[in-house]
Amino acid sequence: MHAEPWINFDVGLFFDRFWANTINGLAYGSIYALVALGYTLVYGVLQLINFAHSEIFVLGVFGTYLTFLALGFEPGALPNLPLPAIILDLVLAGLVAMAVSGLAAVGLERVAYRPLRRRNAPRLAFLITAIGASFAIQQVIRIWRGSNPEGTIRLVPPSPVFTIFGATVTNLQIVIILASLAMFVVADQFVNRSRLGRGIRAVAQDPATATLMGVNRERVIMITFLVGGLLAGAAGLFYLMTIPQGAVYNGGFLLGIKAFTAAVLGGIGNLRGALLGGLILGIVENYGQSLFGGDWRDVVAFVLLVLVLMFRPTGILGESLARSRA
Amino acid sequence: MIRRRLAAAGALVAAVALVLSGCANQGGGQAQGGGQAAGAPSQPSDAALPAGNGQGRCAPGTSIGYAGTIAGQNAALGIAIVNAAQLAVDQHNQANPNCQVTLVRADTGGTPDTAVGPTTALINNPAVLGIVGLPFSGESRAVGPALNAAGLVNITPSATNPGLTQNGWTNFFRGLGNDAVQGPAVGRYIQQRLNAQKVCVIKDDSDYGIGLAQQVTQTLGPAASCQADVKTNQREFSAIVGQVQQQAPQAIFYAGYYQEAAPLIQQLRDAGVQTTFIGPDGVKDEQYVVNAAGSADGSLLSCPCVPQEGFTDFSNAYRQAFGVAPQTYSAESYDVTTILLRGLDSGIADRAGLLNFVRTYNGQGLTKRFQWSPTGELTATPVWMYRVQGNQIVTDTQIG
Repeated sequence: MHAEPWINFDVGLFFDRFWANTINGLAYGSIYALVALGYTLVYGVLQLINFAHSEIFVLGVFGTYLTFLALGFEPGALPNLPLPAIILDLVLAGLVAMAVSGLAAVGLERVAYRPLRRRNAPRLAFLITAIGASFAIQQVIRIWRGSNPEGTIRLVPPSPVFTIFGATVTNLQIVIILASLAMFVVADQFVNRSRLGRGIRAVAQDPATATLMGVNRERVIMITFLVGGLLAGAAGLFYLMTIPQGAVYNGGFLLGIKAFTAAVLGGIGNLRGALLGGLILGIVENYGQSLFGGDWRDVVAFVLLVLVLMFRPTGILGESLARSRA
Repeated sequence: MIRRRLAAAGALVAAVALVLSGCANQGGGQAQGGGQAAGAPSQPSDAALPAGNGQGRCAPGTSIGYAGTIAGQNAALGIAIVNAAQLAVDQHNQANPNCQVTLVRADTGGTPDTAVGPTTALINNPAVLGIVGLPFSGESRAVGPALNAAGLVNITPSATNPGLTQNGWTNFFRGLGNDAVQGPAVGRYIQQRLNAQKVCVIKDDSDYGIGLAQQVTQTLGPAASCQADVKTNQREFSAIVGQVQQQAPQAIFYAGYYQEAAPLIQQLRDAGVQTTFIGPDGVKDEQYVVNAAGSADGSLLSCPCVPQEGFTDFSNAYRQAFGVAPQTYSAESYDVTTILLRGLDSGIADRAGLLNFVRTYNGQGLTKRFQWSPTGELTATPVWMYRVQGNQIVTDTQIG
């Protein structure tokens, strides 16, 4: 009898795959981070966990996919196009995805959360509304597109570009890591430097005073949802480039939970925390899987979260958009 | 009394079915689609068909149920089953004006947590006398006690976890070989035909995947030297790809469903792993081929299901009704639905009667002979290997 142990402790595999896991974790983690930014922004301003944000992300994935279809790509074979044309198509798909997710996030805020705010609903009402909106959007997508994943459309297959310490880095990973970082920097600068960003921070710090000082709170809230949605849309493009089978109605559930975890890990309400949390989570998941086996992938991620919160209850970089300094 | 009448009716039905199928079979026996069907069986001359003798009588409103995924997890597998059940019911109703049976559908979502509600609705519907389903092992285990308590006969056309018949349920019948048949057959195939001395067994976290992986691992013995685990809905497998690269096995067996298998094989092939990939019946679906977009080419897929291309009457009718060729477990579903319909035709009007009818049933179907052991396992359990060729799943050879 060749029994399988209930837990592995494969140090050899861990060290062997250390750099590969790190690179892969960074690439996948940057998708977590982009989605986590949406959770964190909304939490910072409204102290609301917007559970429907995972569906905003899925809408971005579908926005990307449907743009591919509209551009004439078909499931199956790789397109035979010159590189500039493919890059143009990807950028276009990304812009559509960002528009779809951004508008959906603003629409969600308008339909689901604003009426509650008008009536001064208790915080619990917001929370259950968020969960309800998440299910509603998910099921509408299912009814619309069916429950099977959309046929795989892939514009660029991953191909190795160079190696670090024996770990290959693919073209997709480079693009995704760099583009995510660029978006993060833009978002970070926007919140910390721009006038609107100052408004966001002001509302996060003290909504009443901010309103008295002439900040339009409703507008700030709308912009916050918009920014979170735009980032989720971009994440949708990167996700579909990494996982071409990802266009499915419930594809955001697990990723949403992970992104939320990443936001809490880094310090919810804190943009840099979301980035750090996403990257750490992506990497640690991979380490955990190599070291302990696949069953432990999620366990490791959440044990890490609990450990961090035990010693730093507000996450690694601390809470609050308001206190983040420019 | 009832038993004697039953026996008489059964004999009559069998006799007429023989005559009918004899007619239907003319010209069908040799026709095999495009030469792909290497050794695919043709329709047995004595196979029971849904139409029966056309003399069926039953009360208006008599129903059978389908419980299984229609739009949930791995829905394509459920749709292939419910379509075939519908085809059987439609053919039956057309031929039997005095027995119009309704197929009541309950979408279980395909998972243990979502299956109980819809199945309970079937149990509470007094018109439903028998159930085709459930397709998956995990959900079957979740709803099994309730179905058993209700005395509602339940024939699964596809759930293969061996433990399902070891719960003492008296209403559960399996219309195919279980994973204790499939697993060892695949294990022997990997060792003897593929000559693989080092195999990676990757499994998901479902009852089905865990049970099947255990069977294959046992058969392979020390050759199953690398193990990896996948979570349902996981889509990113770089850590597993890395493990496979490090171990460099001669074959990979994946115990799970197509939703995870498609991205897994694509990521393996992307990383340059060209090792032979073997999947079970849960992967054997067009969706696997479509979603893996070229990476699935060459995959081997085992299945305790019988190739359907030789059953030309059935295949043509299915294609005409649904616009696609029958899929995995369509023929098995057609067979088990036929058995329930045969019971209803004979005048059975209650759940206990239909349960007893199935328990004592002994007859040929399209796919195999149906006769169950007291626990609900079949005596005849063929296993076949299929192969992905281009963007099609074709029949390879019988392996058990």
